[in-house]
Amino acid sequence: MTVTATGADIGSEALRPHAEDAFADELAALAAADDRPRPARWRLSPWAVATYLLGGTLPGGTLITPKYVGPRRIVEVAVTTLATDRALLLLGVPGTAKTWVSEHLAAAVSGDSTLLVQGTAGTPEEAIRYGWDYAQLLSRGPSRDALVPSPVMRAMAEGATARVEELTRVPADVQDTLITILSEKTLPIPELGEEVQAVRGFNLIATANDRDRGVNDLSSALRRRFNTVVLPLPATAEAEVDIVSRRVDQLGRSLDLPAAPEGIEEIRRVVTVFRELRDGVTSDGRTKLKSPSGTLSTAEAISVVTNGLALAAHFGDGVLRSGDVAAGILGAVVRDPAADRVVWQEYLETVVRERDGWKDFYRACREVSA
Amino acid sequence: MTTQTAALPGGTAGAGRPDRAWPCEGPLVLGVRHHGPGSARAVLAALDAAEPRAVLVEGPPEGNALLPLAADEGMVPPVALLAHAVDDPGRAAFWPFAEFSPEWVAIRWALARDVAVRFIDLPAAHSLAAAADPSWGDEEDVADDGEPALRVDPIGVLAEAAGYDDPERWWEDVMEHRRGTEATDRAGPVDGAFAPFAAVGEAMAALRERYGHGGHAHDLVREAHMRIQLRAARREFGEEVAVVCGAWHVPALTARSTATADRALLKGLPKVRTETTWVPWTHRRLARLGAPGRGYGAGIESPGWYAHLFSAPDRPVERWMTKVAGLLRDEDRAVSSAHVIEAVRLAVTLAAVRGRPLAGLGETTDAIRAVMCDGSDVPLALVRDRLTVGDVLGEVPDTAPAVPLQRDLARLQRGLRLKPDPLERELELDLRKDTDAARSRLLHRLRILGVGWGSPESGRGSTGTFRETWRLRWEPELYVRVAEAGVWGTTVPTAATAKAESQAVSATALADVTSLAERCLLAELPDALPVVMRALADRAALDADVGHLAEALPALARSLRYGDVRATDTAALGEVAAGLAERVCVGLPPACAGLDADAAAAMRDRLDGVHSAIGLLPQAEELGGRWADVLRRIVLRDAVPGLIRGRAARLLLDDGRLAEGEAARLMGLALSPGTPPAGAAAWIEGFVGGASGGGMLLVHDERLLGLVDAWLTSVPADAFTDVLPLLRRTFSAYEPGVRRTLGELARRGPAAGGPVRAETGVPGFGSGLDEQRADAVLSVLRVILQEERV
Repeated sequence: MTVTATGADIGSEALRPHAEDAFADELAALAAADDRPRPARWRLSPWAVATYLLGGTLPGGTLITPKYVGPRRIVEVAVTTLATDRALLLLGVPGTAKTWVSEHLAAAVSGDSTLLVQGTAGTPEEAIRYGWDYAQLLSRGPSRDALVPSPVMRAMAEGATARVEELTRVPADVQDTLITILSEKTLPIPELGEEVQAVRGFNLIATANDRDRGVNDLSSALRRRFNTVVLPLPATAEAEVDIVSRRVDQLGRSLDLPAAPEGIEEIRRVVTVFRELRDGVTSDGRTKLKSPSGTLSTAEAISVVTNGLALAAHFGDGVLRSGDVAAGILGAVVRDPAADRVVWQEYLETVVRERDGWKDFYRACREVSA
Repeated sequence: MTTQTAALPGGTAGAGRPDRAWPCEGPLVLGVRHHGPGSARAVLAALDAAEPRAVLVEGPPEGNALLPLAADEGMVPPVALLAHAVDDPGRAAFWPFAEFSPEWVAIRWALARDVAVRFIDLPAAHSLAAAADPSWGDEEDVADDGEPALRVDPIGVLAEAAGYDDPERWWEDVMEHRRGTEATDRAGPVDGAFAPFAAVGEAMAALRERYGHGGHAHDLVREAHMRIQLRAARREFGEEVAVVCGAWHVPALTARSTATADRALLKGLPKVRTETTWVPWTHRRLARLGAPGRGYGAGIESPGWYAHLFSAPDRPVERWMTKVAGLLRDEDRAVSSAHVIEAVRLAVTLAAVRGRPLAGLGETTDAIRAVMCDGSDVPLALVRDRLTVGDVLGEVPDTAPAVPLQRDLARLQRGLRLKPDPLERELELDLRKDTDAARSRLLHRLRILGVGWGSPESGRGSTGTFRETWRLRWEPELYVRVAEAGVWGTTVPTAATAKAESQAVSATALADVTSLAERCLLAELPDALPVVMRALADRAALDADVGHLAEALPALARSLRYGDVRATDTAALGEVAAGLAERVCVGLPPACAGLDADAAAAMRDRLDGVHSAIGLLPQAEELGGRWADVLRRIVLRDAVPGLIRGRAARLLLDDGRLAEGEAARLMGLALSPGTPPAGAAAWIEGFVGGASGGGMLLVHDERLLGLVDAWLTSVPADAFTDVLPLLRRTFSAYEPGVRRTLGELARRGPAAGGPVRAETGVPGFGSGLDEQRADAVLSVLRVILQEERV
């Protein structure tokens, strides 16, 4: 008893509790209200999982908060993919809540979001298959006791959902160990002459960034094992401004930057510029534009604004102005010095120059672009 | 695309069962959704089961005479019944039929069995006489009450009651995805075939009770006419009559009313003389015709999908996925059978999660995106274009009456006294005269429609923009072309506008759109211009090759001038052209760097073209300044080939935008010993080469000539043979007189260049004024300037 109590205490004091702990009430309420068929070892039915992510009100009056704000279609396809026993690949530019969605999916489906492999350029095969406890191995020889299972292996044995973050960062040969796991649903252990067979309910959610340079693209053999869902950038400018200003606010507080009351106008401008260039069309939908090679994600907009705030606080009068963000925007947009510069100049001359109330911004941009 | 056959799937082999009992009291009213494949299937089953003696279909009775053509072998849906006012072909209405339209299915069923079939809707003579344009369904009431927002969307209301947020999806689930399920089979084939119609009829009755005509005031008149026709049919054929009409009208047709009341409703309706014919239709136009969410009368989003649902004998999702995989494979995407299997599984499960009875278009599209397209929407757009909408084009037999476009053309030809003559002849037009301008418009419009009656010739002698020369020749096959063009509209201007708009949307190259814009201006199609201009602005924004932009600009500037001559409003065009010029200004300097000799020559021509074009634009003043900045940047960039730099310097000089002595400084720089002789020779070619009057410049500005002369003498002997061809190309293009003068100046020697610099005045001219010669010019100037103050 004492042990579990301590565990719970630590859980509640954790800087960031796991999804299944933070939303334990909602999950329990959903499970109680859920009378639809559940796939083997699923905690909830696919419908309830979708409701958990998208939010809603249960018949009993319990309010389920939305975890993901975006198209319903995306969540439905993701959940259904898991239900059809296919692996799910969440694609998107940074800052589109890929990890967030995968964590909540795992929490809702298996009640456990911790079977996680973080993909890096140095992820070894052991992280996906299994490793050895060398002390045990030397003293007793190869045995199941000396084996250190990976999160994926444990998920297979328990019939739970495993997660692989940043799959495209993992070296190609390590990626390919997933092929057997996903197609044969088994993980051989040649050293012991055994294998671990996946129990029903096992599945895998991978996330990957599709715009970064220098990633290890998935082999077509592996790609075929996944259903792909692309998480889009925020649908409306208002939603994005909201995300950016909220995040900037959080970041600013941790950096002790003064809050800028007039900043919202400048944030709106940054978001507008980013959205227009990203979408290749002006916000009124009347003029098409070329898109630069950079991703121009929401995350980058956030960093431009934070930078601008720091500039304004330390070198300006504390108010976020066009001049403070212009250089940051230029840096984010012009990644390829030749092609992107033309794109940016065109945008400045054909769109920004004509716009009412953007004179200062135009001048500031001309200054830094020259 | 496989060709669509007109075969009717489903049990058409209803063997004669004369003892079959008529399934209901009174006529059998089959309420459908127009262009609903499920409705079509259900209609077919009901007709097979009931075997009526006559079939009545919602549609204009003027089409009755043309109904037998529907069974013609040459008739391939999609086709449309077209009714138009005789003296005004522009007033027309279309009733489109696809292979999967319930009305079409009913017509074909009746014709195949020699069962009487008739249209019973309000005659087009009345509906066309009303100013609004009635297309199939209920669109025509918008003008009647002016407040379309108040109109009831019957399907929408029912869907909401059933807990669907999307009315189309509800109808699809309830009706379109119905197949011969086991439940209906067990209920007995007869009851099973009529059950859905009974349900729809009841639902609509409840709606009509609540909403009355629901904002479709005009419907009451139409329904009165339908009832009158229905009574007539019952007198003739007895009770065994089937009616196929929009579900909305079902309660009105089954309700009791007196013939007198109905006739009263129809009294005093306006009337016009009309003609009807069949015209070929396309899936794309089916999809375009109406706004989605506008009841069931309007267009449909996914004709290709519906055609598939209708024609697939079984397993529609599997067959659809296989089709999609085939399309993607043709486009070189690796799609295996495993992909198809997984896509089908995902679609079916997705439907279950969403609580739908069968995977619909939404589910299949989501599954295709996730499994076959790696989550990307790009290949999906292809699927939508080729399959979901589809490329199907209908055909109409030759025996169908002439299209109204032909009549309109004949009328115009009479009015303009332009006889279609098979003998070739030349026609001179003076656009300042009204008749000639109208003739020119007609010929240009016909060219847009692909009817090559006249071809423009470059005018003899006169180069004025108000003159046009045409070569006319009417070939018999042009009648066929006109018939083909009938798809686009009923009058020459509307058809040309529609075709131009369609071309603008589908054009991929910038040059295509610019030439289209030019043709639209020539043909005076102001309604097409906004679409063309939008397409132009879009293409210009996305075209990464500044060369294309630069080449497009002169054509646009030219178009602006046509616009002036023809007094059309070219403000939008001017705006687009200015935008294009801006983009050229931004993109040109980087595009000039690092070119070989041929590319540099091409770029020099573009520079010239853009330069003169910018001078013609309405915003010339402002743009000219920016353009000069661009030229200055080009002049100073070493990475730009000498040819282009020289030409840029020259253009600046001609515009008076180079400060005094600056041209000489630039030339000195370009010809300084550090520059390779070939580069310097190219600079000279760019600066004074070609037929641009460069020779005169050298004659008059001896400073420049001195610089050239000094450079030429300093070229090392071994390099001289290399630059000789370049120099020859430059100087041989001069007029003989100029060449001679230059030779004399050169013989006089460089010393002559010296004193010029010391003098004041315009570079190249002597100082002071020769009073005598100036006086001689003055009187001529007065005449030219019309006696104004000189």
